[in-house]
Amino acid sequence: MTSPNRLNGGLIDRDQPLNFIFDGRQYSGFKGDTLASALLANNVRLMGRSFKYHRPRGPMTAGSEEPNALVELRTGARHEPNTRATTAELFEGLTAKSQNRWPSLKWDAMAINDRLSSFLTAGFYYKTFMWPTSFWEKVYEPIIRKAAGLGTLSHQPDPDNYDKGYLHCDVLIIGAGPAGLAAALTAGNSGASVILADEDYLLGGRLNSETHTIGDESGADWAAQTVAELQTMPNVRVMNRSTVIGSFDHGVYGVVERVSDHRPKPLTGKPRQILWRVYSKHAILSAGATERPIVFENNDRPGIMLASAMRSYANRWAVTPGKALAVFTNNDDGHKTAVDLTTLGVRVTVIDSRENAPSSGSYETIAGGRITNTAGRLGLTHVEVTTTSCTIRSLEVQGLGVSGGWNPNVQLTCHQRGRPQWDEALSAFVPGGVLPKGLVPAGAANGVFSTQWALRSGQQAATEVLGHLGKKSETIAFPEAEDAPAKIEPFWHVQGAKRAWVDQQNDVTAKDITLAHQENFVSVEHLKRYTTLGMATDQGKTSNIAGLAIMAEVSGKNIPEVGTTMFRPPYTPTAIGAFAGRSRDEHFRPVRKTPSHFWAEEQGAVFVEVGMWLRAQWFPRAGETHWRQSVDREVLQTRNSVGVCDVTTLGKIDVQGDDAAEFLNKVYCNGFAKLAVGKTRYGLMLREDGVAMDDGTAARLAEDHFVVTTTTANAIGVYRHMEFVRQCLFPDMNVQLISTTEAWAQYAVAGPNSRKLLQKIVDPEFPIDNEAFPFMACSEITVRGGLRARLFRISFSGELAYEIAVPTRYGDALMRCLMKEGEEFDVVPYGTEALGVMRIEKGHAAGNELNGTTTALNLGMGRMVSKKKDSIGSTLSEREGLNEDDALKLVGFKPVDLANPVPAGAHLMTKGSPVDAKHDQGYVTSACYSPNLGHHIGIGYLKSGDTRKGEIVRLVSPLTNVDHDVEVVSAHFIDPEGERLRA
Amino acid sequence: MPNLQAITPLGNKEPVTETYGPVTLTEITDIALASVSARLGREQDTAAALEAFLGTPPPGAAEHCGNNLSAFWMGPDQWMIEAPFETHEDLAARLAGTSPNAYSVTEQTDAWCRFDLKGPSLSDLFERLCAADTHAFTGGEAVRTSIEHLGCFVLCRTQNHFSVIGPRSSAGSLYHALVTAFRSVF
Amino acid sequence: MLINHPILGPRDASEFVYLGDANLIHRPDWQAEDALAQFTKYGYLRDNPAGEHRELWFHEQGDRSWLIVTRNTLTHEISKVEMARDVASAEGRSK
Repeated sequence: MTSPNRLNGGLIDRDQPLNFIFDGRQYSGFKGDTLASALLANNVRLMGRSFKYHRPRGPMTAGSEEPNALVELRTGARHEPNTRATTAELFEGLTAKSQNRWPSLKWDAMAINDRLSSFLTAGFYYKTFMWPTSFWEKVYEPIIRKAAGLGTLSHQPDPDNYDKGYLHCDVLIIGAGPAGLAAALTAGNSGASVILADEDYLLGGRLNSETHTIGDESGADWAAQTVAELQTMPNVRVMNRSTVIGSFDHGVYGVVERVSDHRPKPLTGKPRQILWRVYSKHAILSAGATERPIVFENNDRPGIMLASAMRSYANRWAVTPGKALAVFTNNDDGHKTAVDLTTLGVRVTVIDSRENAPSSGSYETIAGGRITNTAGRLGLTHVEVTTTSCTIRSLEVQGLGVSGGWNPNVQLTCHQRGRPQWDEALSAFVPGGVLPKGLVPAGAANGVFSTQWALRSGQQAATEVLGHLGKKSETIAFPEAEDAPAKIEPFWHVQGAKRAWVDQQNDVTAKDITLAHQENFVSVEHLKRYTTLGMATDQGKTSNIAGLAIMAEVSGKNIPEVGTTMFRPPYTPTAIGAFAGRSRDEHFRPVRKTPSHFWAEEQGAVFVEVGMWLRAQWFPRAGETHWRQSVDREVLQTRNSVGVCDVTTLGKIDVQGDDAAEFLNKVYCNGFAKLAVGKTRYGLMLREDGVAMDDGTAARLAEDHFVVTTTTANAIGVYRHMEFVRQCLFPDMNVQLISTTEAWAQYAVAGPNSRKLLQKIVDPEFPIDNEAFPFMACSEITVRGGLRARLFRISFSGELAYEIAVPTRYGDALMRCLMKEGEEFDVVPYGTEALGVMRIEKGHAAGNELNGTTTALNLGMGRMVSKKKDSIGSTLSEREGLNEDDALKLVGFKPVDLANPVPAGAHLMTKGSPVDAKHDQGYVTSACYSPNLGHHIGIGYLKSGDTRKGEIVRLVSPLTNVDHDVEVVSAHFIDPEGERLRA
Repeated sequence: MPNLQAITPLGNKEPVTETYGPVTLTEITDIALASVSARLGREQDTAAALEAFLGTPPPGAAEHCGNNLSAFWMGPDQWMIEAPFETHEDLAARLAGTSPNAYSVTEQTDAWCRFDLKGPSLSDLFERLCAADTHAFTGGEAVRTSIEHLGCFVLCRTQNHFSVIGPRSSAGSLYHALVTAFRSVF
Repeated sequence: MLINHPILGPRDASEFVYLGDANLIHRPDWQAEDALAQFTKYGYLRDNPAGEHRELWFHEQGDRSWLIVTRNTLTHEISKVEMARDVASAEGRSK
């Protein structure tokens, strides 16, 4: 395979040829090539079709700002669309495909859009597909999506790992061109901790793309040596392939390091990319500048690129788009391309828009010329030049370099409050407004364009931040380097009748901008959204300024008056996987396992996620085919004999100190000061607005020691709230708090045989008969021969019940022990479903009832709110609106036709009244099938419910077609007198 | 001792020891823990009692100290005491008995899982796991921070010996995070 | 964002949980004659300054201290961080 466009020289390794495939054809390139440079070397200029009009396109740039050469890289699950060929490093076997074309890149059916372009101007979709509304989602959008667009997805899970990390430094240097390298050397020598990050795999920035020398060396050699020197410094971390994607508050930067993208696939165990969060005291923005095009007719043909990119391809990659080239420029920089390529044996003609253009003996310059059209359907063949004398010349060329001047890469200065300001001399925006704190721009990013001054600027920036850090650095005497002034005469746009492309990624033309102006889009932000200028993945790096210039032209303003749009993170498109990091699939968030988890797995338990906890939902047995069979059995067996449930997930907070009881008096609406040692009490916690926050129990283990339980869901929030009350409201209260949720494995042992079972486990010196250990007793005990444990006689199920706690490491063994010792009682483990059924049967409130809108009064606990003491929420719970006569009250519901369900969420209506919100009487909060009663039951809130027992109300749920009668009953379906609890 | 078989946070009878490149990861289960919080006005008594118990004054903010008996800082006037489980399973009761009412003691032994990492370049691992600047650690630091959404203590005992102490119920998730980072780094 | 913890130095904001206006420490006296009105104001009325704002943050993934952070809502600049408990004590809050 020959590479017709390969030149001599370059920074590629010709000893390492690499084979690759593009659109099914095999080519070869060299190590050091990008996909774009390797394709150009093989005389492939056409690399993709444009977004909207399906115009043939080739690379416009040689870097991450590329709008056109987007390809689908790799195959299978690693297939990645919209990858810039200009940054994709070549590796052996790389496979790429052009995108947004069908059936082939050279013959694309949707190129018909290009013929219809006079209809498809800015706002076409808004104007055309307005009605009927229902058509948008079903008809228009799918068609438009298919026709317009970028690459396709693999529809397979990403097989790679992504990592996250955190780095700290004194100085983050963004960009390793001459300014960044000078800054890094200066800061590194001072001993400061330095991170030098650059998106490229080869550090040096433009030094690798230019023929400039620094002292006696080539710029590239100087860069390589400087990088080598920096790598020997222990306080400097040099990161290539690392893009600083965002600047955030207080010196925090996001950096994506592409660890493995230059390999066919990541090495075993290694991440594809790492998203670093960098904490910097200072940062130096030495991100360089991006060249901008001049807009003219048919300026988008493959082979037309930025003049600097043409130079990069020639000097760094030894590639030319053809043997005859032209350069269209409004400044001196464009001439560098002509000089370098002429030296490499390529014929170049320069068209300079300035009448006083410099001339050269080695190539032809057409001063005051303009490119007025181009030709070549799938690649540039001719450019049409109009001279000052209005004669028209046609040049036969395969490539055209365009140079409209340089834009400093100010993006990161804008991620917070910075707003770039216009520099008239440079005809460019430079960093302005309030820069991110600690950030100093340097070099071309700050509008300093010569190599010599970039080095000095980098050194100055480093010296400045070192001063803030109190560190000193010796001034480095850099060798002489290129110091050409940036001579530019603004020239943005060649007027013409045909289409001239401004934003090539989103297919926005100069005509679109004019149209937007005619339709009275004045604000630049509106212009952006109406035309989509600068809204593509490149955020308009090569297009914004030309768009603003044309807007200024048509509106009779100047560019700073038109203003700029915002730049936002990320600086370049970033894989979503990098943001997810390790948090994906089953590791999306941590899992909390209960002490009996491993045992429950052995039993074949079905688990449910409750917050981060995995709890056993039920324990299916052989022959059970429906979950209800398992749950009904667990409920009946518990109520008939004894059942065990892991309740470790309930929050446990250790409350100690001389004022512990007084503290609980503050956080609970009911009183705790008089609770005897060895007793447990139910407590209801209110928010300050009087709404119920959480409930639980507090067990008094000593005068100055309580163990408080919270609901599983609110454990963290309740602890935070209690710390707020302790630290912020009552700082002199002598109380100490710590969570002990995980320290103890706690099991509910419920049912008439629970005492008999526990008596086999609790050591005999701790009697637990009804007299010694009555309802609501608590005690520190020992079990199984001296293991410290805690026993609470509390009941959520309504049965004679206990909760027993042992240190967590013994929890697994205690569960096995309870099951073994309980065999004679036919003990049953029960899960959260049976737990729920039993508490609904008993009418105990839980999260569904404490739902953030209900008060103690609603819960039927209005009298619990003590008026004799101050507690959180007690004052505001007295508000009139919370105490109306027909306030909701918690009651039970029983279907009139016992075959009917009582779905939770259904609403209650008075018989005969209309079914609408105005006549709403309440709603069902929790419901279940009661195996003890043999029918469905529910509990919920009904206006004045406590006085309406026996009334038949209508239960409706229009969404689920429920409409039947239920009887209002007590919420306590089982043992309303509480005899079982006290047995 | 009780006739109940303890299991490790990862759910095994014996703690896990694994080697990744130059680093060894060990699940530590033979340490008893108890928190000590000074009561208001008794801060000096608490410090004195802890010094008597530890043989060294209690550590300052974000620090740890001690050897066989050791302690790390948890919050203002609050420390976690570490002692060998074999001899101090009753650590909380012992501490509570030392100086009654000067401080509040809570048993914490089984609230936590602990993984010890020994080997070189451990900060290269921790920079993938938490925001703490472990490269600056020289030994004696104790930072509470989050690792993969889990609130953990990261203790630098020496530069070649770190402990990660995290919530016991999430031991499996923490272990996975550590192992993933190991594979990624070493 | 970084919060410069008075004891622990700069810590990432992701370690903290935000509550809101630091005036929440000014809980009224429940026995005041107009307690209901005072509590209503305390519970529901907040300033919404464009500029410096004193607010409560809880160091949940850290030492469990409540902090009062003075933050400029326009610039996110944090000019002061105090231990809420010290501020509450200094303001005369006790038991």
